[in-house]
Amino acid sequence: MEFLFDVLVVGSGLAGLRAALEIPTSLKVGLVSKVFPTRSHSGAAQGGIGAALGNEEPDSWEWHMYDTVKGGDYLTDQDAAETLARDAARAVYELEHLGVPFDRTTAGKIAQRAFGGHTRNYGEGPVKRSCYAADRTGRVVLDTLFGKALERKIHIFSEIYMVDLLVEGGKAAGIITYELATGAVHTVRAKALLIATGGFGRVYKTNSNCFSNTGDGVYLSHRAGVPLEDMEFVQFHPTGIYPLGVLISEAARGEGGVLKNGLGNSFMTDYAPTLKDLAPRDVVSRAIDTEIRAGRGVNGKDYVHLDLTSLGAEKIQEKLSDISSFARIYLGVDTATQPIPVTPTCHYMMGGIPTDLNGRVLNKEGLPLTGLYAAGEAACVSVHGANRLGTNSLLDLVVFGRRAGRAITEDIETLSDPSPVKDAQVRVEARIKAIKDGNGAKPSDLRTRMQLIMTDCCSVFRNQTDMERGLEEIRGLKDKYRSVSIDNKGANYNTDLLDAIELESLLGLAEVILVSALSRTESRGAHYREDYPERDDHNCLKHTLVTAGSDGLEISFKPVKITKFQPKARKF
Amino acid sequence: MKVTLRIFRFDPSVDEAPYYQNYNVEAEPYERVLDCLNKIKWDQDGTLAYRMSCAHGVCGSDAMKINGRCALACQKLVRECEADFILVEPLPSFTVLKDLIVDLNQFFERVNFIRPFLVAGEVPEKERLQTPEERKKMGKSIRCILCACCTAACPVANENENFLGPAPLVQAFRRIFDSRDIQKTQRLEQLDVEDGVWACLNHYECTRVCPKEIPVTKYINITKGEIKKVIGAPPE
Repeated sequence: MEFLFDVLVVGSGLAGLRAALEIPTSLKVGLVSKVFPTRSHSGAAQGGIGAALGNEEPDSWEWHMYDTVKGGDYLTDQDAAETLARDAARAVYELEHLGVPFDRTTAGKIAQRAFGGHTRNYGEGPVKRSCYAADRTGRVVLDTLFGKALERKIHIFSEIYMVDLLVEGGKAAGIITYELATGAVHTVRAKALLIATGGFGRVYKTNSNCFSNTGDGVYLSHRAGVPLEDMEFVQFHPTGIYPLGVLISEAARGEGGVLKNGLGNSFMTDYAPTLKDLAPRDVVSRAIDTEIRAGRGVNGKDYVHLDLTSLGAEKIQEKLSDISSFARIYLGVDTATQPIPVTPTCHYMMGGIPTDLNGRVLNKEGLPLTGLYAAGEAACVSVHGANRLGTNSLLDLVVFGRRAGRAITEDIETLSDPSPVKDAQVRVEARIKAIKDGNGAKPSDLRTRMQLIMTDCCSVFRNQTDMERGLEEIRGLKDKYRSVSIDNKGANYNTDLLDAIELESLLGLAEVILVSALSRTESRGAHYREDYPERDDHNCLKHTLVTAGSDGLEISFKPVKITKFQPKARKF
Repeated sequence: MKVTLRIFRFDPSVDEAPYYQNYNVEAEPYERVLDCLNKIKWDQDGTLAYRMSCAHGVCGSDAMKINGRCALACQKLVRECEADFILVEPLPSFTVLKDLIVDLNQFFERVNFIRPFLVAGEVPEKERLQTPEERKKMGKSIRCILCACCTAACPVANENENFLGPAPLVQAFRRIFDSRDIQKTQRLEQLDVEDGVWACLNHYECTRVCPKEIPVTKYINITKGEIKKVIGAPPE
């Protein structure tokens, strides 16, 4: 079947929901989601949302902007960082007004706590900037925005997968969807299309991401000709539960938790004398892996300890109850008396679909692509640069999600009805038949191999030799993928088929990550090259763009926007 | 260790009746039931259908009945299951769409019915003030992930298809006891009906199965008390 909307939002996490809420009810808005909206991965965010409210101690948006730029190792576009920091207080007050049950100070204001990389007075020491609801901030913001979407009667279509995205003549034309319940393939056209499909941590073996985070929106945009920006910057969160990867929020360290190596030493003093355990994630992740490589993991193994025992049972119960229940359920560890084994886990993608400050997707020449918008982790504004600070993600989602919604509302009158889509649905149906008829490897075998390769050659530490080997192997897997085969030939709830379709996105993005990382011959933020250990502003202070050309992947670059803060050595 | 999973199978498009199928997998004691299901689907039988997403108990996708008790497959570990045998079935009292996937439409409609959003008055420039004590009245209700385990486990919901159910009542509790909401009385009136709070007979099954440890029954009883206080005696 064929459907027509004014605006179609793909993805029902915070960015998609916040954007949808900004679009007037006079327009026909549809929101499609792979899952039920309340299952979106935004709901897994724990520690908080950053804003210089100054409710606990003096703070300013300028300090927040500075921290965001420095945290991103000066690859952050500073106009974006300024927009984020300036709009943060308004955005958080808005969430409070919508109903988010933030924790409170004794004066009844929104409570705040410390988080990695957030400082007072341009780096002097940690500042309490994270606004939070215990350790389930993402979940309650998701519930709040979902409730608001229900109140606004926004049409939500759950368990609908985007399997193709169509850009024709420099204009977004629509998407092809697969309906999980029935197996039906539909064409959905819209004047404006917003991609808010989140990240793709599932490229790596150990990750904190949900199974749905397969980067479909990012990959399908890329396949349709959109360049992808800064894809080499993959964030590893320092404290994933060993060996599962389930996240232990940075809030644990914000509240006073300390990392300790196998000798029982709190090693972060050696790596970040000022901020210690509250240094940015790239710094802490490298420190942990360095300790492990030096044989100072706990019991000689590849993990260290996160020690919360000094916090006391009461504080843990009040402010960190979810993560302490994760430790109890998955490890049998009582966080009040025992340390938690942790190791860096793939967590967040700084790179993605390039957009302007209003969510308009930019082509290779830096010009807006008519009718196509992106927001959230799928997008690269670039506000996080080479490394995102904790609590800036939720903020990014609601600040830039809203701005994308406003831009769509502004643009909609100038956007014509999308042209009819030729042959695309037939192509997708043929692709599905080919997967069902395939006689090659299973998706899970290829996926597992891909995750091992990426973990092995493009994680916290990287070098040219390993990455070139990895790239060759990933390309080999892409060849094998052409004859991928599945057991399930049925039409209803065929998740076997969807695993196979999602794998194409993951493999394509793995290749782009490697190509981007090989092209950046320096170390910056989350991208650490053993063969190029220094930051190289002279040659590399620029964004990477990778475009799918007719002869394979093409690399180009674009300048970083620098306004207030000139790059300088990054010390914590 | 070797683990046997006995799994409920039903594809209404081809099967005349549901049946059970046994699968054997190798699993470590610390692995999750969800990991076992994935091993089956990925390596042995891709026709098996279930929902999953976050895999650590915050999204609520993989609610199902494990060894006779409603739970999240991502929170239940192999070592907690007796005798290396795991019985896996869909949530009871919901219509099965395929295997372990159930129809949640009515469940979400009922959550929607209680208006799961704040209704507040004028918007101040900064935050609405709320003391920590006022905030605490919402208690653990903000932990609800809408997984539907409570509703599925409730003996009343199983018999009375018109009962609103525990999850919507928890969602209502969250707003009733939010000091910022201005429709407390209207919300209480909405629940003050035969198939609202009064249908709850204190079986405590919802509380027992809640994967987020929300004292669901207690919250329903507190709501009953609040109705008596604000509105008066319940209907005969």
